[in-house]
Amino acid sequence: MPSRRSKGFTRETGYKLLRILIFYVLAIGLWWMVAGAQIWSPYLFPAPDAVYASLRTNIENNQIPAAIVASLQRMAIGYVLSFIFGMAMGILIASSKWANETIGGVILGVQSLPSITWLPLAVLWFGLSENAIVFVVLMGSAFSIAISARAGILGIPPLLQRAAGTLGASKWQAYVYVVLPGMIPAMVQGMKQGWSFAWRSLMAGELLFVSAGLGHLLNVGRDLNNISMVFAVMIVIVIVGVTVDRVIFGRAEHWVRERWGYAA
Amino acid sequence: MTIAERHEARAANPTPGPLLALSNITKRFQTDRQDTLALDGVSLEVRPREIVCIVGPSGCGKSTLLNIAAGIDPQFDGTATFEGAPITGMARERAVVFQEPALFPWLNVRTNVEFGLKLRGIPKAERGAIVDQQLALVNLSRFDRAYIHELSGGMKQRVQLARALAVEPHMLMMDEPFAALDAQTRDDLQMELQSVAVRIGATVLFVTHNVREAVILGDRVVVMSKSPGRIRRVFDIPLGRPRTPDDHSVADFAALVRAELQESSAEDAEPRYAI
Repeated sequence: MPSRRSKGFTRETGYKLLRILIFYVLAIGLWWMVAGAQIWSPYLFPAPDAVYASLRTNIENNQIPAAIVASLQRMAIGYVLSFIFGMAMGILIASSKWANETIGGVILGVQSLPSITWLPLAVLWFGLSENAIVFVVLMGSAFSIAISARAGILGIPPLLQRAAGTLGASKWQAYVYVVLPGMIPAMVQGMKQGWSFAWRSLMAGELLFVSAGLGHLLNVGRDLNNISMVFAVMIVIVIVGVTVDRVIFGRAEHWVRERWGYAA
Repeated sequence: MTIAERHEARAANPTPGPLLALSNITKRFQTDRQDTLALDGVSLEVRPREIVCIVGPSGCGKSTLLNIAAGIDPQFDGTATFEGAPITGMARERAVVFQEPALFPWLNVRTNVEFGLKLRGIPKAERGAIVDQQLALVNLSRFDRAYIHELSGGMKQRVQLARALAVEPHMLMMDEPFAALDAQTRDDLQMELQSVAVRIGATVLFVTHNVREAVILGDRVVVMSKSPGRIRRVFDIPLGRPRTPDDHSVADFAALVRAELQESSAEDAEPRYAI
């Protein structure tokens, strides 16, 4: 029988949540003890309550929310551009042997560059501007999306396109109704990886100049020698990253697993 | 008009002459190392409402012949016509059921069956009705929302059959569709295919390496020999339907066909395996 996703709160999810809760309580307790032991001075290793206080202040004075909005806006622009460029490049190198031999090789090479190494170039080309950061985000994720798009297209069994043909699909229809949906599992993986590359390059980019994003706020904490603020902003960066991963990519992965039936 | 009625109407006024005519088909596979003559001057005609089974050892070119007839492989010598027109490519008039379950994993059972109808731009309400009919025909109505990986091998092949029938092919091409199934499921599907084919008056070209299957399903059984691939003999199977694997007459015909195949492989083996 077709399996159905169990909805609602079951005993198992309850136990799982309880285990996770206990883990965090213990972890914070340990942190508290280490901080309380004063092995390192509080200005190097803050206690959880100081970090919490800093988090609260910076949320209340709107610094953190504004920074989140600024960072996510840049991500959205850079990521949408990467998706468009990545898909276009991926489709090109998957469908043309010549393009694969030439551009394909370049993409593989360029993808091995840590994305922050694009920053000096970006600053020289675009100045200390919004565009420079978006450029770094674009360079950070477009190539990994392109590589996944190529793998996704080449991984579709030729039999499926043939089946579509014998059901009356034109070449164009076979592309739209077989190739595009067929590449989804690889694309979900590639976009997830692209997102994490882009998020890292964005944070690195924002660290380096006044940009109002989360990375910049982290640097403000350093300038103020405010270790609690540095901890607080780092925690926020983790939470935003994990939330996007769970909410967007978690759902996409679930969608894929439900259909393809393996842990994609 | 239901699908069955449309099939009836077409069967009542069949195109004059054979539906599928393959004449003097020759196919060579050439690589740097090898030059294989897969088919050597093969001629075969399939008349409307006829089920023709092709049997032969692996490598005799039976699947190659089906690919040519289906339009999957347009590179060959000789002439291939369907309803009087040359075969130049794939078309839904000659829908194919493949040995591997060539179903779309991103679609469920219902939307897989609907696939070909969507391509033709048939309105949604009509599509739904056709899909319901097809799923009922292959006994899968209960599983219409299931995804492909949730199905057994036999169910997958039933979905393929329903998907092919949904586009109202004028002829159904089946390439060893039951080869990967267990014996029980295979028997069940042979019975189902017979009843479906009789009900809608389908014309079928069926490739298999299972002699008994060929005798159960075929109005005619074409025996092929290999290297080069040629038609060795064509048996008429004038038995009533439904035929079951346990019918004595099925077993008798199967023995005849098997003898022909053994003779063929003995001739083939002699020069190469003589010690």
